[in-house]
Amino acid sequence: MRLVVHEMALSASLLRVIEDSAAREGFRAVRTVWLEIGALAAVEPEALRFGFEVLSRGTVADGATLRIVDVGASAWCEACARTVTVSARFDACPLCGTDALRPTGGREIRVRELEVT
Amino acid sequence: MCSVCGCGEGEVRIEGDTAHGRGDGHGGAAPHAHTHHHPSIRHDGLHHWGEGPAGAHAPGLEQTRMVRIEQDILAENAAHASANRRYLEHRGLLALNVVSSPGSGKTTLLARTITDLSRTSDGDGLRFAVIEGDQQTTHDAERIRATGAAAIQINTGKGCHLDAHMVGHALESLAPADGDVVLIENVGNLVCPAAFDLGEAHKVVVLSVTEGDDKPLKYPDMFHVSDLMLLAKTDLLPYVDFDVERCLANARRVNPRIKMLAVSAKTGEGLPGWYAWLRATRAQVLAGREPTPAPAERS
Ligand SMILES: Nc1nc2c(ncn2[C@@H]2O[C@H](COP(=O)(O)OP(=O)(O)O)[C@@H](O)[C@H]2O)c(=O)[nH]1
Ligand SMILES: [Mg+2]
Ligand SMILES: [Zn+2]
Ligand SMILES: [Zn+2]
Ligand SMILES: [Zn+2]
Repeated sequence: MRLVVHEMALSASLLRVIEDSAAREGFRAVRTVWLEIGALAAVEPEALRFGFEVLSRGTVADGATLRIVDVGASAWCEACARTVTVSARFDACPLCGTDALRPTGGREIRVRELEVT
Repeated sequence: MCSVCGCGEGEVRIEGDTAHGRGDGHGGAAPHAHTHHHPSIRHDGLHHWGEGPAGAHAPGLEQTRMVRIEQDILAENAAHASANRRYLEHRGLLALNVVSSPGSGKTTLLARTITDLSRTSDGDGLRFAVIEGDQQTTHDAERIRATGAAAIQINTGKGCHLDAHMVGHALESLAPADGDVVLIENVGNLVCPAAFDLGEAHKVVVLSVTEGDDKPLKYPDMFHVSDLMLLAKTDLLPYVDFDVERCLANARRVNPRIKMLAVSAKTGEGLPGWYAWLRATRAQVLAGREPTPAPAERS
């Protein structure tokens, strides 16, 4: 229940981003939305799809397909002295196996692009 | 209602938003805690656009094109949070975002803290302004007001977190005086408040000893973004199976920089350490106070 509520709030933000773009770009309908979600974003994809479907009715995004792209998370490896990509918070470094990585990214929920008409 | 934009708040109600007004003694103009980025930020939730229900276009027949967006949907919150932060820093207001599971003892601890530190005779004579984010009732705000501090309730309805926009409006209504301490009691939830910056100086996570010492591992995000963990209800330690050292080790695993202070709002045990932290943190805010607002930040 909590998750659906949370994703409703996120869906409303997502719709605002889309509508702002519609106002700028002058498109009438959205076919597909590509949304990148970081591994640490605490988002339930199914709840987000549900929220988006409900809130987009009657808007420029009515009926649009939501394509969720999992972009993992980034972390700093002290041993390798570089940023690496992981899929969960406690993952070990994919390069050297060290398991005390410091997370640096992965909370993002980013609208990448829209297919519009 | 927002004096900047005249917005309503949709489902969210900020208690006393119109009736309370501001300036009960603080004087001065509207603080403009948040700068609205109209028209791109709308407050009506659903803005209807175009000619309504789909079917107006015939799928498959029309030419499609791609529109690059590359925008984080939390950017809107980030913009409000940085406006709040500029306002708070400019006025020397220490703001703490207090998070926990429901019932961990946030309100009890805040009320006791306010009572102890606001006394002018033997206390610090600090002034507090409290934003209450607990759900459904104004009960918690009333408990805070009983201490004499100004408090405002944000009813988030079924919402599961406070966001920076709500907090901006609450700050406007509260109109704290320069140098006050702003305590924000977030919705009892260890998940999504972690993702919403409110513009606070620090997140403080309250964990009561009745909850289990593995909680930092179950909710790593919250412990990762918090600077201080208050281990609450330590008077109950003899009755529960809770290992303080293991809890700290678990918290350090997700956040090597986190500080831990063990307190009991009931017996007063450990409170001096928490008060010392609060004084030191406030001193930092006052020292870093800027004479003029910082230049616009990237949102
Ligand atoms: N034993 C004990 N109980 C406490 C303490 N602090 C709070 N409580 C109790 O815990 C319950 C929840 O407290 P409350 O402050 O409302 O928690 P909140 O939901 O986090 O704001 C209440 O019954 C309090 O009386 C404490 O230090 N010791
Ligand atoms: Mg409470
Ligand atoms: Zn939430
Ligand atoms: Zn490595
Ligand atoms: Zn507003």
